[in-house]
Amino acid sequence: MNNSPGDRHDGVSRRGFLTGTGAVAAAAAGLQAELKQATAQPRVDDTNPMGPAPVLLQLTVNGRSLTTHVEPRVTLLDALRNYLDVTGCKRVCDRATCGACTVMVNGRTVYACTMLALEARGCDIRTAEALVRGGKLDPVPTAFVDCDAQQCGFCTPGFVVSLRAALDRNPRATPEELEAAVSGNICRCGTYEQMRHAIVQLCQKGG
Amino acid sequence: MKNFTYYQPTSLSGVLKVLDEAAGKAEILAGGTDLLDRMKEYISQPEKVVSLVGFSGPFKEISSIAGHPPTVTIGAGVKLVNIAESELLRPYPALTSAAAQIAGPQIRNMGTLGGSLCQRNRCWYFRDEHVQCLLKGGRRCFAHDGENQYHAIFTQGHPCVIVHPSTLAPPLMVLGATCDIRSHKAQRQIPIEQLFQAPVKDGQREHTLAPNELLVSVTIAPKIPPGATLRNASYEVKQKETSDWPIVQASVAYYTEAGGQVAKGVRIALGHVAPTPLLSPAAAKVLEGQEVNEKTASAAAEAAVEGARPLSQNAYKVQQLKVAVRRAILLASGAKPYWEG
Repeated sequence: MNNSPGDRHDGVSRRGFLTGTGAVAAAAAGLQAELKQATAQPRVDDTNPMGPAPVLLQLTVNGRSLTTHVEPRVTLLDALRNYLDVTGCKRVCDRATCGACTVMVNGRTVYACTMLALEARGCDIRTAEALVRGGKLDPVPTAFVDCDAQQCGFCTPGFVVSLRAALDRNPRATPEELEAAVSGNICRCGTYEQMRHAIVQLCQKGG
Repeated sequence: MKNFTYYQPTSLSGVLKVLDEAAGKAEILAGGTDLLDRMKEYISQPEKVVSLVGFSGPFKEISSIAGHPPTVTIGAGVKLVNIAESELLRPYPALTSAAAQIAGPQIRNMGTLGGSLCQRNRCWYFRDEHVQCLLKGGRRCFAHDGENQYHAIFTQGHPCVIVHPSTLAPPLMVLGATCDIRSHKAQRQIPIEQLFQAPVKDGQREHTLAPNELLVSVTIAPKIPPGATLRNASYEVKQKETSDWPIVQASVAYYTEAGGQVAKGVRIALGHVAPTPLLSPAAAKVLEGQEVNEKTASAAAEAAVEGARPLSQNAYKVQQLKVAVRRAILLASGAKPYWEG
């Protein structure tokens, strides 16, 4: 897998050593110029063919505009993790089953492993990284910490994104409704009982 | 996944043009929940992938639910979650409850009506990259004498014993739905029953669309006289509460006239039991003209499983189908579900 240079997180990243060079800044400037050119071009063909060679991809992730190049077959999950260094969403089954890759696209949860990155252009994408605001942890992961609702933690980013999306749609959701909201997520460690406690805490505190 | 050229047309004519020129080497991408899975497993390796997201916003017909009950048109690009939550579709619990129970929330947020109807089957021999079954150019169906606990019980002499995977097809069949199908140069409407076929060889699918055709919308128009009340419901037997295909499914629709309890215009459809979703005229005939109660519902259920020919491992589905038909009929009548305790 390529680790294409993209925008970096603020602060220290595990992959910072891959991207923190002067060449990156130059490449990023090149991308911006290309983006400008691409959006300025008049549309000649309304079928919009792209690829199979890598094409320009601009995504809005957690409120930030990120740009890279991907082949059409690259999924949203792989684009986020391997090209844009947004590694909160996890790759486990890669078959739309386990939920570890869950992200919000325009407020609705999707399996990022089963959506092409090109399909997510122009959408508002939110990942587990969005569940910190101004250094303060969102109530959903806070409840998970309080209730010890994870063991290995690999499924956790998917669960918390699913719960956040459900609470955003209905802040007064019942525990039963929140359990239904995470029915597309699987925890191999089986920490469901502690997650139930976290859900009850969330309902008591009103999301 | 093999790489491909991705098209994101901004008009319906653009989509149809690419499909026409691709001559069978293109796949249509809507929700992607089935297509991407097939492409990752190398079951499908299209040279071109035609996305519907580029025009489904401006082209309302494919992305919206519109009309006045009893006639409502649902765009093929409408997400399952929007069918489940639709106000306009409230009179059709057979359809909305089926949509609400498909897989999990993420799949319902991604998957579409058209995808549900046109997805490929879930047979594990078909889905295994290394197994060359009948539908992939092989000489035989391995499910016949292999692992077949989830396969067809109405095999009807078909050489391939898959079950049709769509959970929205049976409710749409009992609600008298028709499909609007377009191609580059033509447009046709067919009853939804004619959208499905039992595939028997490589190149055939579970639907009858030509490679250059696109399912644009489905229109529900149950035939009921003025003043009558439409009653309808679906019931599914599943192994798990969520994230699973039903093992069997039954959908029922009928109407009652003012003040009466007698079922008229009965339609009963069976899902996940045959290579196509099946209408059961035998079961409908038993219930027709009868007052709906546990006895008449059970009699219709017995009629529904007549002619079932289970395989070596799935005789249990016959009993489950009886239960599903009986419970769907009772749910449609508004009876309190005794099985929920």
